[in-house]
Amino acid sequence: MALSPQELVDTLAGLSLFADLSRPQLEQVAHKMTEESYPVGQRILRQGFTGTGFYVILDGEVVVKIDGDERARLQKGDFFGEMSILLGEPPVADVVTTRQLHVLHLGGPELEGFLRDHPPVMYRMLKTVALRLRNASRLRS
Amino acid sequence: MPERTDRPFPPGDYPVVVVGSGPGGLQTSYYLDRLGIDHAVISADPSPGGMFRHFPFFQRLLSWTKPYGPVPRDDRFYEWYDWNSLLAEEPENKAIMPELMDGSSSFPSRPEMERNLATYVERTGLRVRYGCTWEGTRRDGDRFVLQTSDGEYHCQVAIFAVGVAQPFKPDTPGFEHVAHYVDTRTPDTYAGKRLFIAGKENSAFELATGLLQWAQRIVLCSPRPAKLSVNTHSLLGVRARYIQPVEDRILGGGVFMLDASINRIDRLGSGFRILCSRSEGGAELAVDADEVIAATGFVCPLRDLADIGVSMFGRSQLPSMTNYWESATVPGVYFAGTIGQGVSGMKKYGLPANSGAVHGARYNARTMVYHVARKHFNVDLPMPAVEPARLVDMLLEEATRAPELWNQKSYLARSFLLDPSTGILDEGIVPLADFVDTEGLAAVAIAVETDDTGDIHPAVYVREQGRPAVETLLSSQSLHDFRTAEHRAQLSSLLSGVTAGAAK
Repeated sequence: MALSPQELVDTLAGLSLFADLSRPQLEQVAHKMTEESYPVGQRILRQGFTGTGFYVILDGEVVVKIDGDERARLQKGDFFGEMSILLGEPPVADVVTTRQLHVLHLGGPELEGFLRDHPPVMYRMLKTVALRLRNASRLRS
Repeated sequence: MPERTDRPFPPGDYPVVVVGSGPGGLQTSYYLDRLGIDHAVISADPSPGGMFRHFPFFQRLLSWTKPYGPVPRDDRFYEWYDWNSLLAEEPENKAIMPELMDGSSSFPSRPEMERNLATYVERTGLRVRYGCTWEGTRRDGDRFVLQTSDGEYHCQVAIFAVGVAQPFKPDTPGFEHVAHYVDTRTPDTYAGKRLFIAGKENSAFELATGLLQWAQRIVLCSPRPAKLSVNTHSLLGVRARYIQPVEDRILGGGVFMLDASINRIDRLGSGFRILCSRSEGGAELAVDADEVIAATGFVCPLRDLADIGVSMFGRSQLPSMTNYWESATVPGVYFAGTIGQGVSGMKKYGLPANSGAVHGARYNARTMVYHVARKHFNVDLPMPAVEPARLVDMLLEEATRAPELWNQKSYLARSFLLDPSTGILDEGIVPLADFVDTEGLAAVAIAVETDDTGDIHPAVYVREQGRPAVETLLSSQSLHDFRTAEHRAQLSSLLSGVTAGAAK
């Protein structure tokens, strides 16, 4: 899926994580993050590995696995990798592609500055993390 | 035509066809030759060199070759000091670049680089069918047909090394009226002009640096701030050679950097008016300029490969690939040269590999050819046996000296199979991402890595039979020599369990 710069900005505008950003801000996001593509079956996050990044899915699907057990599936508009970066710890899960994956990537060291530069993205991310926490709590109870 | 009778590789049927005569195509052909895999090399150009036949515009490379390293030039370790020579196994064909440099800089000039590649072709006896343009592609069962200006080439494996070479300008209104980087004129024609450069990557800063003494004012504009390599601890960002404009901006010397997106470029008299929106918000900004240059990059000229199912992505329209640079969607189609940057690998801490440069792509090409040989032509590449007592020292020697590991950090690794039935076998250089995700034989691999503080250290990946690899970072060393008692003890302890079965 080769998007033109304008198509990429249009795609970002349609993702809930970036829904509160103006067009110039979306263009900046498109320049700060890099597009990457991964084949089926590739691990993107690796349990216990250092130096991981933050990813936003533009197309495709990944499965989240802990010790080999599937815990979730993520698709277009979903993001992953933020937890280990924010905590400064290696990921506790593998994230593996189940379909060819097209993502936006941000290196781990850049995430804090990125979120400080874009508070609306930080707020949206916080809401999603809160939802994940609530769902995990319900599963345990 | 009589004058064409001496041209090699006439249209026909070949096991492999390589398209391109830049560094990627030449390096690929060299290793195919070494393995005895019959192939044709075709190129639209009249001579070897690819992009180096014309660029960089200011005629000086960004990649070093240091003629006086600590080891002889035919030593493998010297490759770390010479980023521009192509690889060869024969001593007389190694390290050609330093022979041709005039001593004025550790960064060769463009003509020196072009001569380096031409000399490599001459000495190694590589053959290329020049002036043969790839025009289209179709599938013929599980084979491929490449239509060219000279006729049709049929092949089992097609390898495209055509560069990220096609100038790209965004479709923002007005860009159609302005020059691209490749259209830049001689510097004196910018004397006294107000110059606006769209972009803040190396090509933009190369032009700004070269035109500092000519332009009246230079504005560089893109949505995000410029990254500098000295801050990213990698080749990601603007290289040190091009940061003079940054200092001029700081000192108020007529250089400006705008973090803004360009909404429109209008003609204004003999010049232009550029309308921008600042990334941090605020009213639209108008900048008048006499000249506008779009340093907005290049895309892959992959012609109709999408029509046969090759998936592409991103601003540069790179193909989606496996860790061995094979199309993720069309098996049998491979890519070499700068296109290899589409394979991200581990990208630890966000740092990319150097696949977009010769010093990374040359190792990718060799690794890819070995993979093609095994997968498509059943070539049995030898894996030398290793004495168990030597394994730790060999791993630390690689981490200290291997040019593949230093040029392609967190991307290429040296792997040793720990097979209980055969003992320890040297698998050679492999893509690290493939190694850690392949649940194959027990094995150990070592890579060199940089973290977010710029600390350089070895990383060891141990894979038990049928399980994903586990990462262990070794400590750094102030002179980057990891052959210390401390490292030996650390690594010996780590490997004591996993090598037991193979230590026969």
